[in-house]
Amino acid sequence: MIVKGKSSWASGVGLVLGLLSAITMAIGMYLGLVYAPEDAIQGNAQRIFYIHVPMAWVAFLAFGVVFLAAIMYLWKRALIWDQIARSSAEIGLVFTTLVLVTGSFWGRPIWGTWWTWDARLTTTLLLWFIFLGYFMIRAYAGDRGRAATYSAVIGIIGFFDVPIIYLSVDWWRTLHPQAVISVTSANMPGQMVVALMVCLLAFTLFYLYLMIQKLGIERMKDQLIDYQYALSEREAEGVTTA
Amino acid sequence: MNVSPRASQLLASGGEAVPVPRVPRVKISKLSKRYERRGVLRSIDLELYPGERVALLGANGAGKTTLLRILATLSRPTSGTVSIAGHLTHKTAQAVRSQVGVVAHQPYLYEDLTAEENLRFFARMYSVSDERSRIDEILFMVGLISRRDDRVGTFSRGMQQRLAIGRAILHKPALLLLDEPDSGLDREGARVLERILGYQRTTEGTVLMTTHDLRFGLSTADRVLLLENGKIVLDAPAPSLDEDELDERLSRR
Amino acid sequence: MRDGLDKISIIVWKDLLTEIRTKELFGGMFIFAVLTIITFNFAFDMTGTAKAASGAGAMWVAFNFAGFLGLGRSISLERDKGSFDGLLLCPVDRGTIFLGKFIGNLLFITLVELISVPIFAALFDLDVFQPLLLLALFLGTLGFAAVGTLLAVMAASTRSREVLLPVLMFPILLPVVIASVRATTLILTRQTNDLSAWLNLLGAYDVLFLAISYAVFDRVVEE
Repeated sequence: MIVKGKSSWASGVGLVLGLLSAITMAIGMYLGLVYAPEDAIQGNAQRIFYIHVPMAWVAFLAFGVVFLAAIMYLWKRALIWDQIARSSAEIGLVFTTLVLVTGSFWGRPIWGTWWTWDARLTTTLLLWFIFLGYFMIRAYAGDRGRAATYSAVIGIIGFFDVPIIYLSVDWWRTLHPQAVISVTSANMPGQMVVALMVCLLAFTLFYLYLMIQKLGIERMKDQLIDYQYALSEREAEGVTTA
Repeated sequence: MNVSPRASQLLASGGEAVPVPRVPRVKISKLSKRYERRGVLRSIDLELYPGERVALLGANGAGKTTLLRILATLSRPTSGTVSIAGHLTHKTAQAVRSQVGVVAHQPYLYEDLTAEENLRFFARMYSVSDERSRIDEILFMVGLISRRDDRVGTFSRGMQQRLAIGRAILHKPALLLLDEPDSGLDREGARVLERILGYQRTTEGTVLMTTHDLRFGLSTADRVLLLENGKIVLDAPAPSLDEDELDERLSRR
Repeated sequence: MRDGLDKISIIVWKDLLTEIRTKELFGGMFIFAVLTIITFNFAFDMTGTAKAASGAGAMWVAFNFAGFLGLGRSISLERDKGSFDGLLLCPVDRGTIFLGKFIGNLLFITLVELISVPIFAALFDLDVFQPLLLLALFLGTLGFAAVGTLLAVMAASTRSREVLLPVLMFPILLPVVIASVRATTLILTRQTNDLSAWLNLLGAYDVLFLAISYAVFDRVVEE
């Protein structure tokens, strides 16, 4: 019964977050597509940034959450931390994919290429592979505890690794002179900044909404395992007393 | 047959448990182990005493090996506590490990090293004092003194098992865990095992062994535990048990 | 502390002795490294001005592949024969066991590198006999062995260890590969102005990941 109360609380918060993120998302889209002026150099292609940048933010935020939850899991061994970590990792993997795809859409008209080995792009790609490794080791680990422990290790190592990857690729590039177009213009018009900020907020709310939903599902999966265990225990009880 | 003080006390009272004023070497309370969907051990309470020889019987999958692995600190209990020689396994695992010797299905030996090198490696890992003479003593005990400089890979299964027993008692453990020590043992090995069990008794060492061989278990141990579905369903002094009855009980499941 | 060092040296002694007897790991790794370097000769242009850069790249790819081979085997040998449990039974801190296995792996891989480098130099006519190259080799290999020992232990107890180890390791090791290749190229072309930055990066990576691997190893091996 307590579990039920808790989940209805979570679904209430989830509903509010979902509504809030839908509303801010709509406002953000309006601001990004209509209110903000067309970019002087990049034209309308620049508008993809109102979703691309927030998605990248969510991808890295999700990864940060995985890192913290992973540390907590290894420290406390409480299943809830693994549930948080794997929920966030899954959202992170989806958003990292979207970041790579939207980035390519933008890169094609502006850079004239789908892909370039710039530090940001390479780091995002590598982050995607680390997330992939995170889920692969879970799939092959065998039992639940081992999957949680091993993936937590990947989450922690990956988190420390990402800035170093960025740094090393960045240095590599600066030593190989190459025309890299700067993507962050130092002086964006005020309307663009407002639109971007609203979109960042919208995607953050969306992340929180997805987290609550996903966490609910992951908790249910573990509960199911607990029920199956309880059931087998009851059967075993019957056998021993018979 | 040699009967331990505890067992004789039990016999004297007609098999009824009399509180023994001794400190248990192993104290297990409310121990449960679960692997995801499957429970393996279910709320086990058990005390083992110094000098006791205990046989752990049970069908395949009853949880014998899991119990041994938990006592050896290789596996963590899901709930409950285990204390060995006064140390809790989950708190001071290292202190526990120095008190426990294990003979498992795998010999835990390095095939490319010689018998002596294997023992030397483990002697140093266990910080055995007077390493050289202890190794000689062990090699003599397990009857491998003439093969000391041969690689373990060239040994027969029986010889490897003998060396594995030697490795397990190298650091004079207060608790010796034997997982089916009688399987794959040659005739010489059986003698070695008997000698070592006798030695454990004189040094007040506790022995817990699993076995499939009922006769072996009943004749070697002074106390018999029957594990069924992760629970101890029988705990009795060995001489009080009837082999046929027990055999029927074991094969029923 | 002293006891810990003692235990580490015993584990390393055991692994070295095993290797001297069998030469299994070492022989395989060495042949693999040399074959990779030879193959790269045909895959890349090793004659032009970019010889040092391609050469350094080929060398590190060869060493990393050979390293994978060595790591996988050194751990799965213990796991398969169950001797890893025997090691975990010893009254020794698990971090100490990690350091023992790590140093053993580091020694093997470094040894393979030291023997391959002269062959590499002869085949590609590069000026490899420089003390700084030793430092770059050592720092690059240290990071590889630290992360590699931890991940190999994890991968070895899963269902798909051969696939999993490279999939986990390549992304995490990218900074080490980049920094080692860069540093090696700079040393081979005798441009030392940017070198210290790369060596510092390698050093920082090594310290950080050795510390993390040491810290989490206890959790990784518990059941």
